[in-house]
Amino acid sequence: MKLLKLVPENTNIRFLKWRVPFYVVSLLLIAASWALVMTKGLNYGVDFAGGQEITGTFVEEQDAPVGELRDTLSTLGLGEPVIQRFGEANQVSIRVRLPESAEGDPAAANRIANRIIDTVTAEHADFRVDSNNTVSGKVSGEFRQTAIYALLFAMLAIAAYIWIRFEWQFGVGALFALFHDVSLTLGMFALFQLEFSLQIIAAILAIIGYSLNDTIVVYDRIRENLKKYRKMPLPELLDLSVNETLARTVMTSLTLLVALLPLLFFGPASLFGMVAAIVLGVFVGTYSSVYMAAPILVWLGVTSDSFVPEESVADRQEKKARGEI
Amino acid sequence: MLDFPLWKRISLWAITLALALLAIPSIASLTGTDLPDWAQGPEVNLGLDLAGGSHILLEADPAQVAAQRLESMEESVRQELRDADPRISIGDVSTADGRLSFMLEDASELDRAREILTPLINGTGLVREWDLSVVDGNRMVLSQTEQGLDQAVSDAMESATDVVRRRIDDLGTREPTILRQGDNRIVVQVPGLEDPQQLKDLLGQTARLEFKLVAPNFQFELTEEEARERAPPGTEFVPYSEEAAPAQGVGMVVERLGGIRGDSLTGAQQTFDSQTNEPVVGIQFDAQGGARFAQLSTENTGRRFAIILDDEVISAPTFNEPILSGSAQISGGFTTETANALAITLRSGALPVDLTIIEERTVGPDLGRDSIVAGAVAMGIGSILVVALMIGTYGRFGVYATIALAFNVLMVLGIMAFMNTTLTLPGIAGFVLTVGAAVDANVLINERIREERRRGRRVVAAVENGYKEASRAIYDANVTNFIAGVLLFLFGSGPIRGFAVVLIIGLFTSVFTAVTLTRMWVAGWLRDKRPSEIHV
Repeated sequence: MKLLKLVPENTNIRFLKWRVPFYVVSLLLIAASWALVMTKGLNYGVDFAGGQEITGTFVEEQDAPVGELRDTLSTLGLGEPVIQRFGEANQVSIRVRLPESAEGDPAAANRIANRIIDTVTAEHADFRVDSNNTVSGKVSGEFRQTAIYALLFAMLAIAAYIWIRFEWQFGVGALFALFHDVSLTLGMFALFQLEFSLQIIAAILAIIGYSLNDTIVVYDRIRENLKKYRKMPLPELLDLSVNETLARTVMTSLTLLVALLPLLFFGPASLFGMVAAIVLGVFVGTYSSVYMAAPILVWLGVTSDSFVPEESVADRQEKKARGEI
Repeated sequence: MLDFPLWKRISLWAITLALALLAIPSIASLTGTDLPDWAQGPEVNLGLDLAGGSHILLEADPAQVAAQRLESMEESVRQELRDADPRISIGDVSTADGRLSFMLEDASELDRAREILTPLINGTGLVREWDLSVVDGNRMVLSQTEQGLDQAVSDAMESATDVVRRRIDDLGTREPTILRQGDNRIVVQVPGLEDPQQLKDLLGQTARLEFKLVAPNFQFELTEEEARERAPPGTEFVPYSEEAAPAQGVGMVVERLGGIRGDSLTGAQQTFDSQTNEPVVGIQFDAQGGARFAQLSTENTGRRFAIILDDEVISAPTFNEPILSGSAQISGGFTTETANALAITLRSGALPVDLTIIEERTVGPDLGRDSIVAGAVAMGIGSILVVALMIGTYGRFGVYATIALAFNVLMVLGIMAFMNTTLTLPGIAGFVLTVGAAVDANVLINERIREERRRGRRVVAAVENGYKEASRAIYDANVTNFIAGVLLFLFGSGPIRGFAVVLIIGLFTSVFTAVTLTRMWVAGWLRDKRPSEIHV
């Protein structure tokens, strides 16, 4: 049987030659992502903004009367409700943010949910509530805080681990790669105004774990080559390492993608955002392993000395005694 | 490294099969298949987002507990000093700023007052509940100690949890989970509920029933603000409930102290008033409460008293005659349903504090079932693609990876069932992610074997080196994933935890199946066939 070779053997792509332009573009993308997050903002779902999200099915109708709902619900004085089709044609999701006046009132979110359900079922008796998420301002504030802590802590803990296992330059490289991945994912969510929920935070945490897999494979090879080819110039050595591991990098990302894409298209509608974030993270993470994590080592000045055991004092004295120094 | 003695092979197979078999009861229940009795075993729980049900987070306000303690302290202090022999007179009582302060009319009584109040200050538990200080020689100031208040909040939450449990049991739902969370929160999870509104109404009602005498010179035509301002010392304004509001007035001014609390009830039922045929709630007091009620009605025959439920007047009848039977009737514009709901909440006891719903997540049963089917279909397609990719790329070594992957999925499910964890909707995503990531280890190993062969190593040495050299990166990658997984678990609530659980278990099983098992199979094949060339 002839086996597939998605990446030809002995590739010799000079990734490092273009490291400056790639870095410039990536830094611009990171800056643009944060600019988007600051200006356009993330489209917080109820988890982080408070309020409620009701999904339901109009059991006896073909299509959900989205326009009509928008009209009736906007007269309730609850601000602009976000009403979207969700899954099937006769399913909707209704999202209302918590008004600012309700911040200190823990029961406000629950009251608003009841009003919405009552209003919809008054005109459409066939409306079946499939899910109802009600989050008060207090709880959503706590979620925001723990989410930020969890992301920061995960990035730092993982970078620290890489530092311990390799050298500080590798730890910094890993941290930068993670920062790149998280920034671009957030930027995408700001750009397309996809709903940003707890599930997305979970997805980003998963990305933080998985996007480093490729980086570690490359780093492991760099370490191996640093010991092996002690005289080779660093850019050349990094290119060699990335090329040698390219087939792995591509294959591991590919197996993740082919597993996830069916879930994105055929999976439950309520998982769409989360899976989309992970898929995006796989792309971004693979790119950053090759173009971000490796070239940064040139600037951080990794040398082969890092991994060759230093001469011990005893050795030196012995050499001295023999008159070699 | 390729040496697998018999005992090692047997134990590896035993572990693999045992853990994989544990998945069978869960698979059967997910697909709705019936198993014979001997095949029964622990099953994975379905989270509320898959099984349908309600998750409700309730919170109490500690400030309310503090206010209640202050009020009952005031009552006790007045009582104790009045009952002292000879009586100690006090004046200028204030409860401002969360402290109880009062003036002794005779400063020389200070030591005696202090002695009388000592048991109240020390409380009944291990911690001192109040701090006592004396200002200007004759003013005593009592403030709550932090430990005392913490203890009181904790006690209140403990009994609130019991009340919540009784109320939910009264609804007759199956397997509710009721847990205290943090200092002042309670999580309620009820699977498969038809009407979550009924549950929420039941939990939202404190059901604190009070009987207080209406102030003698109280007037109807006041607005609420005026009433609050003009309420004379020792009285307070209480608004009417929505259902009970009469034509005139917005509420009543009642005497603050000296009433009866409804926490001494032994029973409550919905009945009908014998004269008006209106739905009412009949209540029975315990012996002590009955005696207090008899005394109150005897001393105040002819006076009006207000029946107050959760700080709203629901009705204000007159004591026509002393009530000595220890039972009474509450009317208040009820329908049969509301009267019945009130009876349930009164029977289960009043909540010691108001509980507010600060988070609710309800999922209908249909949505959850659809999610499982959609998730399973997607995972099936994804697995087929992964398998095709692996076998297409690595041939025989891809087949080993595939078998390992199948065992991996079964083992994750088996371990989840054994550890009694919960499968949630994001957990399904976790399974798919595990499928895609578990074969990564095989990719790294197989690519390394390819490389070793290219460098001219002989078959056995190439395989041996492949496993050895790849294991470093596999190990490091799994540790970073583990760090992310643990943070996911710590940070996440309910559904997200389900995701973290699948990922973490998947990391451990994938190292076992993708590295150890495939190595055993590859070693067996090399030993039996001794191939001089491998296609990888």
